[in-house]
Amino acid sequence: MDNRQKEIDSLKDYKYGFTTDIENTRAPKGLNEDVIRFISNIKKEPQWMLDFRLKAFERFKQLKEPDWQKPKYPKIDYQDLYYYSAPKSMKDKPKNLDDLDPKLLETYKKLGIPLQEQKRLNGIAVDAVFDSVSVATTFREELTKQGIIFCPISEAIQNHPELVKRYLGSVIPVTDHFFATLNSAVFTDGSFAYIPEGVRCPMELSTYFRINASNTGQFERTLIVADKGSYVSYLEGCTAPMRDENQLHAANVELVALDDAEIKYSTVQNWYPGDKDGKGGIYNFVTKRGLCKGKNSKISWTQVETGSAITWKYPSCILKGDNSVGEFYSIAITNNHQKADTGTKMIHLGKNTKSKIISKGISAGCSDMTYRGLVDISSKATNSNNYTQCDSLLMGNKCGAHTVPYIKNKNSESNIAHEATTSKISEEQLHYCQQRGLSAEEAVGLIVNGFCKEVLQQLPMEFAVEAQKLVGISLEGSVG
Amino acid sequence: MKEQLQKDFDNTIKNLTLSQKDIEIKKFYLDNFINKGFPNRREEDWRFSDLNQIIKKNIGELSFYSDYTSTNKVDTSVFVDGLEHNKIVFINGRIEKIDFDYEKKDQIEIIDQSETINKFNNNSPLCDLNSAFNNKSFKIVVKEGYQLIKPLIIYHTTNSKIWSKNINLRLNFELYEKSSLRLIDLFRDTSEKNFLNIFYNFDLKENSILKNYKVDKFENKNIKYSFNNIEQDKNSISETFILSSGSNFCKNEINCNLNGEYSSAFVNGIFSINNNKHHEIRTIINHLTENTKSYQLIKSVLEDSSKAVYQGKIFVNSKAQKTDGYQLSKAILLNKDSEFNAKPELEIYADDVKCSHGSASGSLNEDSIFYLMSRGLNYQQSIELLINGFLLDVVEKITDPEVKNLIKNMIGIKE
Repeated sequence: MDNRQKEIDSLKDYKYGFTTDIENTRAPKGLNEDVIRFISNIKKEPQWMLDFRLKAFERFKQLKEPDWQKPKYPKIDYQDLYYYSAPKSMKDKPKNLDDLDPKLLETYKKLGIPLQEQKRLNGIAVDAVFDSVSVATTFREELTKQGIIFCPISEAIQNHPELVKRYLGSVIPVTDHFFATLNSAVFTDGSFAYIPEGVRCPMELSTYFRINASNTGQFERTLIVADKGSYVSYLEGCTAPMRDENQLHAANVELVALDDAEIKYSTVQNWYPGDKDGKGGIYNFVTKRGLCKGKNSKISWTQVETGSAITWKYPSCILKGDNSVGEFYSIAITNNHQKADTGTKMIHLGKNTKSKIISKGISAGCSDMTYRGLVDISSKATNSNNYTQCDSLLMGNKCGAHTVPYIKNKNSESNIAHEATTSKISEEQLHYCQQRGLSAEEAVGLIVNGFCKEVLQQLPMEFAVEAQKLVGISLEGSVG
Repeated sequence: MKEQLQKDFDNTIKNLTLSQKDIEIKKFYLDNFINKGFPNRREEDWRFSDLNQIIKKNIGELSFYSDYTSTNKVDTSVFVDGLEHNKIVFINGRIEKIDFDYEKKDQIEIIDQSETINKFNNNSPLCDLNSAFNNKSFKIVVKEGYQLIKPLIIYHTTNSKIWSKNINLRLNFELYEKSSLRLIDLFRDTSEKNFLNIFYNFDLKENSILKNYKVDKFENKNIKYSFNNIEQDKNSISETFILSSGSNFCKNEINCNLNGEYSSAFVNGIFSINNNKHHEIRTIINHLTENTKSYQLIKSVLEDSSKAVYQGKIFVNSKAQKTDGYQLSKAILLNKDSEFNAKPELEIYADDVKCSHGSASGSLNEDSIFYLMSRGLNYQQSIELLINGFLLDVVEKITDPEVKNLIKNMIGIKE
């Protein structure tokens, strides 16, 4: 019993809240052309990349910060942020894992991320991003044998410029919205994956993001290209230390699926959510967009959103190729003073395109949760189909749950169906579980896990276990 | 547009006997409207229907002044046959007749509010426009315990004497305890290219019942906006039915505040539109206290290059436990150029509630057509039968048998 209690206690707080004491190299504070040149320079980027950034920055200067979202936040001073922060020891890139700063390795060990290849955890290839730079990528050799490129994006810019040039900004153009454009101007690192024609990626690819330095915005960029007939499953995990101030995280993720290709993108987002009174925490303003460019292609987003003070993101699919498929599975949990405004966009352009949206929202404490989604079937998308289901669960009367779907149908041969419900955990279910010997909290955890099952099933094995635990922890203290 | 507004406003004021203070208030509304202008798609509530563009494209320049000094002849041929009813007749925006012949005179009070400014709980530009220009407004009070014997039909007729005009109407209704009113808004237009801007306010006291039917059935080229605000006290019931079909553009907004326990609101609607018509229904049901209920059902049949929009919102505040809210919209698109947009919205701050919504749009089911054709119907007949059944579902929700029959006959729905 003692052990069990200890375990529960250790889970109650945000267990990734430690900071790592590592010397940092930072760009000067503030946002201007010089900082962008500094970032580009330190990464030894070619001219076209710098032009890309500057073009985005020009555009950024004309854009206004959007304010239509439900969770409001105090104004961010973009001049008061560091846009680049890297562990000093990374300056001369380590050749292999043994050269890595032992403190870094220790951090990732605490996070439970298998950087050491010998520790093989079910064979997941990991790219770890610490503040602004990618620190290590594992299993590279095995992947190279198959022709798969999986490396930090800064390396890809050096080694595979033709691929990056062709696809970077093709889904999220530099002239997109405020935060996406900011990212295009100042992004520091992220992952790049290219799966060649006809290859089925033999293992899960994975990225772990961690914000360590204070006052730093993390702007990473992920680009995944699945060539004809290929398949890849990609995982993303995020954590950050506990700090009193709010930190900005504005990443861009672009997916491109060519003919007959399939990309499965899973996220378990567990940024620091702030303390019980809503102090601190990460602002998670992420742009994720996938383009089903080729025929019969498929993109599937799965997300488990438990962290962050404010989550504001809409992973989207543009179904351009005929017969392409887009899927979106989401669990969003908010507790205490967390806020989330999340959902998806399914833009049907090609014929016979299909999309499916399953969204589960759970709000507890004083939190606020919004599902906001768009389904748009254009007049050319004949014989397309969409099914949307969004369910919300409320715990207590201080929290809110909202559903704001936008549904546009311009094609008479296409069908759209949308359903949404809002309810609370029924007394009978709780009573039944408690009668069978579960505590109130265990009972809630069990019921919530059942509520989310449809989405949890979509996650790869290792992630599903972690996500299930996370669901329980996130709701800790919300009942009784 | 600004000079036109200013000029027409001065002309309108001339014909009214208002105190200096009231003129100031009207001026204030006018300035508000001049500042904001007609709503456009950049405003969230108008994102699917850009009124500014619609007016520009269909009407061009509007004028806002109407001469209400001379009377119009009431054309009795527009009156509904076979149903005895009370009447209010508007011709070109002027009230020509109010008669409650079938009712006890002392149970209904008609108060002329033209000389007073009554504030409306809405700060949209269209409300400002209405407040600045509306000419005569009346308040109709149904006394405690009185239930009207016959329904009240409000005829909105326009004739070819007016064109490119903006007409602003306003009526207030107050239903005292245990009273009830059946109301039919009936549009008969023979004019073209006018913009009607109608605001109704309903105040429902305890145990009162309002049945509110809006029928825009007859083909016309006018643009209409109608806003109904319904305040509901304990145990009151409001039932709204909207038939949206005849006008070139029409937007109906229903805002319902459930202020008292056990109050309930029902909103049902049909879009049946063709050609280039563009219609919208927007509903906002605010559940503000415990044990309230709302139910909404909207069905659309869209032909040619018509476009229908449904924006429905259920709001539940943190006090409104035990709320039951339901919302369903279904649309059939018959032509490849037709379009259906929906935004069914839930905003919920209480946990012990049962709220759900559903929305579906698509084509007619091929299997059903096949089934009917295999039973000997031709293609056209099969489609008609299916649509008939689809819409009948909504008409059957009308609780008043007399009105139900009237509306069934009007749209030619068979049982």
